[in-house]
Amino acid sequence: MFRNQYDGDVSVWSPQGRLHQVEYAMEAVKQGTATVGLKGRDAVVLVALGKSSQLSVAMRKIIPIDEHLGIAIAGITADARVLSRYLHSSCLGYRYNYNNVYPVERLMTNLGNKMQCTTQRYDRRPYGVALLVAGYDQKGPNLYQVMPSAVNYNCKAQSIGSRSQGARTYLERNLDCFLKCSNEELICHGILAIKTSQPIDLTSGEQEKAAAAANITVAIVGKDQPFQMLSEEQVEHYTKMANDMGAAAQPQPPINPDDDDDDGDDGRPPGALIEPEVGGVADPQVDVVLMEH
Amino acid sequence: MLNNYNSIAQPMWQNGPTPGAFYNFTGGQQQTQKLPKELTTAGPFGTKRSTSSITTGSSVLGIRYDGGVMIAADTLVSYGSLARYQNINRVFAINDSIILGGGGDFADIQSIKRTIDQKMIEDQCYADGISMKPKALSSWLTRVLYNRRSRMNPLYIDVVVGGIEQDGTPFLSNVDLRGRAHEDYVVATGFARHLALPLVRERKPKDRDFTAEEAFELIRKCMEVLYYRDTRNMAQYTVGVCNATGTTIDGPCTVSENWSFAATIKGY
Repeated sequence: MFRNQYDGDVSVWSPQGRLHQVEYAMEAVKQGTATVGLKGRDAVVLVALGKSSQLSVAMRKIIPIDEHLGIAIAGITADARVLSRYLHSSCLGYRYNYNNVYPVERLMTNLGNKMQCTTQRYDRRPYGVALLVAGYDQKGPNLYQVMPSAVNYNCKAQSIGSRSQGARTYLERNLDCFLKCSNEELICHGILAIKTSQPIDLTSGEQEKAAAAANITVAIVGKDQPFQMLSEEQVEHYTKMANDMGAAAQPQPPINPDDDDDDGDDGRPPGALIEPEVGGVADPQVDVVLMEH
Repeated sequence: MLNNYNSIAQPMWQNGPTPGAFYNFTGGQQQTQKLPKELTTAGPFGTKRSTSSITTGSSVLGIRYDGGVMIAADTLVSYGSLARYQNINRVFAINDSIILGGGGDFADIQSIKRTIDQKMIEDQCYADGISMKPKALSSWLTRVLYNRRSRMNPLYIDVVVGGIEQDGTPFLSNVDLRGRAHEDYVVATGFARHLALPLVRERKPKDRDFTAEEAFELIRKCMEVLYYRDTRNMAQYTVGVCNATGTTIDGPCTVSENWSFAATIKGY
């Protein structure tokens, strides 16, 4: 998108009815590395790709909030820290008052209201971070995508950040199995999805496995499973399992020899329909959102 | 504003700039501590600290049985030793899974009930299928009452909270004006604590919960004992029942009084 005369302030509408500052805030999300969330029958898995660097420790992409809730971030980390502090204190306050876990849907409503203030006041700016919120409460597993525009989507599976379209495609294709597979298989699906979002230079060679394991963080929350970030050994173990699962899902070479290899195809015929219910969309102000109700 | 009786509606926005005033941009130091709300709330009669109760409800008895909970309280609100209001229902259905019986200063009971009702309306406004459960309400009440007593301005109440939890298990607890709370299969306030608790505990089967019939029989018996012995009780009472099908307030029931034995008492 290009600069125009209606994008100076968040409180200025464009003649087309758009808030350009909010849309620019969404662009900030695409600067962050990819992260994937997917919901199974009894659990939710978050997988995040860390920025690889030899000089520094990878930035924390997954932040535990409470025993039943955690978030994965993409975008400006400082804004994410402020939001996670708000979520922490909300959950803690709720536990103190009501001796119970904060219902995820309600927390998302309140977070959305808080974020909306920043899109309507001339002295604030939208938060430049999108969250994938994974939680388990009395209603079961929950996965929410929170955008800088203060819109929340209740998702079955979703991916945000740079190069996340590949992961979204993988998730769309495999949506059926998520409700049927075990928690371990769910983690493997998450890892396979995020592999499609890795930078090109890392997907070739033997460095790939080592580098991939070092860069991926995984977390899971679910029934009888408090929010837990997996250790490096566990991530390596699941990455191996995922590679086997990915290889096993392709019994013969793809029918179309021109097919792109690194989209995580699981061997379905190329003409298979993509499920209409996918998860959120990238530009919520324009498209109708397809989400589960 | 002089006649601002609309205490429920919130202002459209808060802490925003006001014309003519210096606007404190977000962030920065906190203002100095203000007085607690109950001492600064505008009202036609003002507000004051108080540790005395004026119009009081007497005992409340709660019994947990295998399918739910029952809470019973008589329908009298006394003004000291005067039996002033004789037809007041002191057991309330809060929502489909919670009932609450209020003893102690009745104005404070009505005040906290109004706040609890607002919470239920809030739940409805969220419209997300999540409704409050008895344990959560009991916990919240404990926090509120403890906070008030720590500020030396208690709500002079003794309540019994009961209902059905999310997974179907019955819950019963008693919270008092000091923020003291405990959970048990039988709880009572006021004189019932002395007269009814031992009666119920004696009849509790060791290895199982009460049945609904046993619980109601116990309530009937305890209300009878309370009427004969507590001078601030009367013969009419209501019973709130909360089970898997919902909450109902039954009544008013009447204690079957029999004063014929009085003639046998020497000096009568």
